[in-house]
Amino acid sequence: MKYIDEFRRHDLALNLASAIAAEAASSREYRFMEFCGGHTHAIFRYGVQDLMPPNVRFVHGPGCPVCVLPVPRIDNAIELASQPGVILATYADMMRVPATKRTSLIKAKAAGADVRMVYSTQDALKIARDNPEREVVFFAIGFETTTPATAVAMLQARTEGLANFSVFSNHVLTPPALQHLLETEDGADAARVDGFIGPSHVSTVIGSAPYEPFAAEYRRPVVIAGFEPLDVMQATLMLIRQINEGRHEVENQYIRAVTREGNRKAQKLMAEVFELRDTFEWRGLGWVPHSALKLRESFAEHDAEQRFTLTPSETRDVKGCACPAILRGLKEPSDCELFGTVCTPEAPVGACMVSSEGACAAYWSYGRFRSTSTKEEAAA
Amino acid sequence: MCLALPAEVIALKDDGENATVSLEGVRKTISLALVDDVTVGDYVLVHVGFALAKLSAEEAAETLALMAEAGVPGAENLGGGVEGAEGTGGAA
Repeated sequence: MKYIDEFRRHDLALNLASAIAAEAASSREYRFMEFCGGHTHAIFRYGVQDLMPPNVRFVHGPGCPVCVLPVPRIDNAIELASQPGVILATYADMMRVPATKRTSLIKAKAAGADVRMVYSTQDALKIARDNPEREVVFFAIGFETTTPATAVAMLQARTEGLANFSVFSNHVLTPPALQHLLETEDGADAARVDGFIGPSHVSTVIGSAPYEPFAAEYRRPVVIAGFEPLDVMQATLMLIRQINEGRHEVENQYIRAVTREGNRKAQKLMAEVFELRDTFEWRGLGWVPHSALKLRESFAEHDAEQRFTLTPSETRDVKGCACPAILRGLKEPSDCELFGTVCTPEAPVGACMVSSEGACAAYWSYGRFRSTSTKEEAAA
Repeated sequence: MCLALPAEVIALKDDGENATVSLEGVRKTISLALVDDVTVGDYVLVHVGFALAKLSAEEAAETLALMAEAGVPGAENLGGGVEGAEGTGGAA
């Protein structure tokens, strides 16, 4: 068991496809939102949509931390990186995200800012140890999957007395985003969703229990699924069965990695270092209450937002970019007039094209020719 | 960003806080700060240099068994499978 190839098996995919085709009632449509960009990627890379009957559709959700981070936060990161004496350490995903006036961290780096790509918070700590005369700021982004790694680094920095290490926290939370989507679903600008394919690795940390209130209150089934194509297909079958039986429960397809209670050790470390923000801005969703984390007051000396003066800026979405609507599941990348013309992975206009998990990047890599032919057929 | 790869633990470091894993043959040192009771031979999910969870071989086998059982009788005769699957919506 290597946990990868087994979950990409052709014969099992056909098996699941036949079960889905047989059990999906032809009298209705099934619209499932995959919350995570990892699922969007699997659906496109492996052609999962093509294995579905026409009445089973996937709606892409906002679960891409690079995509949902609003422009002002990226402006702030560039501002930090541009201060004399500062080294900004960041995960590589953030380098090319367009900020105000189409700047980006990679352009700031080209202009002389000391921006360094790191694989892990451990690498950022090492930079701080090796450069005691410099201020090292870690640009922390990500959902609950990534937050524990920042928490561990923060505690290490305190233990080691690394006074030159600070964190610019942009960690966001999955359950409030899901709640926000469900709360606003009656509005005119809401995507209709019959059920959710729940997060994989966020759930390894927080467990499956946090989704239970949404499933009950909003009467929508949630099935937590792994990121391999067979995981997505099996979760789809489980959602179809729930809907056919009139159930709306939280089920776990990803039992090899996710438990109901999650990773208690990681949860404890996060709680020790972080606390809830009153509100936080998401690209696409707007301001969402209690949806992000900041460092606790006891870590103020390691909090980049307290240590440095940051200029507030306003979100101005790029004209014509449909990324905000795509993140809400209202539009598909091929509905955007910039897609594939002025906006490509080489020269991204919107964040959905930058991150490999973004819906636009997934369409571009694996589905752009098909969507073009579908459009032409529709027009004919 | 939330992607995590299954990797086999091939050695534990003396400090007890780190391990060497093999990612498709590439060796990497990762932190064990977020997991308990990891031993050589275990598979862990690796994300940004940290083991997030231990993978369960029994649960993985059970998941695959459910997938194998899911097919409807006669599904193996669907020929191309894809075309057959698309044409039988609601047949059961």
